[in-house]
Amino acid sequence: MAVLRVKFTKTKRDKLAQVLWILNWISVVTGAILFSLGLFLKVEINKRGELMAERDIQYVPNMLIAVGLIACAINFLGGKICYDCVDTTKFLRWKLIMLPYIICTFFFTFCVLVGALMCYSMHGELEESLNLGLTEAMRFYKDTDTPGRCFLKRTVDLLQIHFQCCGNNGYRDWFQIQWISNRYLDMSQKEVVDRLRSNVEGKYLMDGVPFSCCNTNSPRPCIQQQITNNSAHFSYEHQTEELNLWMKGCRQALLEYYIHMMQSIGLAVLITWLFELSVLTGVRYLQTSLENVLRQGDPNSESDGWLLENSFMETARINLNIIKSLGKNNQIDTSNNGDPNINVPSTSKAHYGPDNVPPKQITEDI
Amino acid sequence: MAVGRVTFSKAEREKLAEVLWLLNWISVVTGVILFSLGLFLKVEIQKWAEVMSEYGTFYVPHMLITTGLAACCINYLGGQICLDCADTNKFLRWKLVMMPYIICTFFFTSCVLAGALMCYSIRSQLEESLFLGLRNAMRYYKDTDTPGRCYLKRTVDMLQIQFQCCGNTGYRDWFQIQWISSRYLDMTNSAVVDRLRSNVEGKYLMDGVPFSCCSTFSPRPCIQQHLNNRTARLHYDQESQQQNLWRRGCRQALLDHYTGIMESIGLTVLLIWLFELLVLTGVRYLQTAMENVLLLGDPDLESYGWILENSLAEMARSNFNIIKNLGKCYQVDDDPNINVPTAAAEHEVPSQATRIQCSS
Repeated sequence: MAVLRVKFTKTKRDKLAQVLWILNWISVVTGAILFSLGLFLKVEINKRGELMAERDIQYVPNMLIAVGLIACAINFLGGKICYDCVDTTKFLRWKLIMLPYIICTFFFTFCVLVGALMCYSMHGELEESLNLGLTEAMRFYKDTDTPGRCFLKRTVDLLQIHFQCCGNNGYRDWFQIQWISNRYLDMSQKEVVDRLRSNVEGKYLMDGVPFSCCNTNSPRPCIQQQITNNSAHFSYEHQTEELNLWMKGCRQALLEYYIHMMQSIGLAVLITWLFELSVLTGVRYLQTSLENVLRQGDPNSESDGWLLENSFMETARINLNIIKSLGKNNQIDTSNNGDPNINVPSTSKAHYGPDNVPPKQITEDI
Repeated sequence: MAVGRVTFSKAEREKLAEVLWLLNWISVVTGVILFSLGLFLKVEIQKWAEVMSEYGTFYVPHMLITTGLAACCINYLGGQICLDCADTNKFLRWKLVMMPYIICTFFFTSCVLAGALMCYSIRSQLEESLFLGLRNAMRYYKDTDTPGRCYLKRTVDMLQIQFQCCGNTGYRDWFQIQWISSRYLDMTNSAVVDRLRSNVEGKYLMDGVPFSCCSTFSPRPCIQQHLNNRTARLHYDQESQQQNLWRRGCRQALLDHYTGIMESIGLTVLLIWLFELLVLTGVRYLQTAMENVLLLGDPDLESYGWILENSLAEMARSNFNIIKNLGKCYQVDDDPNINVPTAAAEHEVPSQATRIQCSS
């Protein structure tokens, strides 16, 4: 019992081949789109590479790039095949390749689906990478004289201005690190020395934030120093003040940005996967109907096309047997009638006729 | 003596018509480009319109938009005409329209040229507009509670961050205005009251700048207060000062930004003008060649095409005479319908008498 058997007349087969040729070329374009989406994601991740710790997040854009390139190649070949399938004589050229091609494309569509699911599953890795990366970046904010870290201050400032965020989880993260370098601290002043002494690790901590945390929507000039001290500023209550600084944490802001990007890309990849699956189904029908036509002999007659010749269970069993036989090819089988070319001395009694006497060995006495 | 006389065979005329049809369609595309450039410029000026005073800087983008639309229409019509000009019969349809069309297009190309030159000449007007606009914006920076001005603080902050500039001419402009609103000043503090009293107009002036003036390139945390006091901070030397805030004035930054945009747009419009002129010259040649062929009678003959039938001076004189005669139309001079009693009327009577004698 074939799975989803459909009848195809000659005109229907020709039409199917033409439509599949166009669809394959559209798939080449979608493959190119997939490739460019992967490239875009890679560029965006690299842009903020300084703020991400060494985590394995490059595999998603790399996967998309590879899948896009393979999609272009596979669908280009598919287009060629479908173009030739209009003519039964030209089909003979591709007859032997088509089934392996279809199996390959089936596994490839699996890869596309995996790529789409990866886009949605990167959340956890990305969050951890950003958490560590931002903590490090804030710690080295003051080290503008250390080679290799001298641009971190600018990067963090631009990040906070552009994404409208402050600190890792919030602006209080800046209270726990020293973001003013010692070379700009006046050690002759009493307050500075006191503050340094009062800290266990000798760090200069204060309840102030860098200027890039300032909110442009605030109606009053930005309060950056003594943020938790209500009496230091006129008519100011830091518990209720929400417009003074950016309230969002930069980890959250970056995460939202990347999640949004990857959800859009994931959706595009899912749509591409559905499209590829439909093209593959069409190619399978074309292949089976053309093979049946060749079997019948007359290229103008009707033929059946199907997805699977037998039901799922049958096909699975047949394939399993084929794989089992492939495995058995190299074993020497002695239990049943194995290889007739091997001389196996048999231990069973030979039957030498009714009286069971072995024939005399004829010796030469003359 | 015709200006720019060229001989055209039948094949050449047809080729010219085809080429002009194609060029006219390309001109439609350039008209669309002109339109979109005008739209782009309008959007760009609109973005920062709050820091420009009302000085009519919008006429340049409006000119470009209307010129672009007119170019599309004129060249579309020109394309239709040139397509028909390959055939002498169809040319008869357009014969009367062509001369006015060419004159219109000639004046239109001068509009395109005017548009291009305007792009280059707007600089000084823009500078004045920006100077006044920025001064007002900075003055109203603190008025975030006044309706109509409440977004000026945000606009100025975004401007200074995005264009990496500070103040009108430089950061010192902020020292001369009060940018902290009185409702955030603690009047019980003696330092605040002293400062207010020491100023003639009662303004709270200080040597500090808003946070948006801070440079992201500075290696040290931003210094916004007590900028004139060298000793207030450690190692606040010349180099620190240079890198601390944005050095450029916002007027200069915006001027550079818009001048750059308008120079590119002006160059593109000039190229479009040259192209339009080229197409117009081709259409003129085609028109004169086709008219001469019709005058000769045989559509397969060679004919002359020119830009002007006589020399420039002759043409100017004949046009001038036409205009003079147009003016004289209403004067009662030489009108044969008016009965002017003259000496010639007495000669009429004897001839009549002679005729009567004969008949009787």
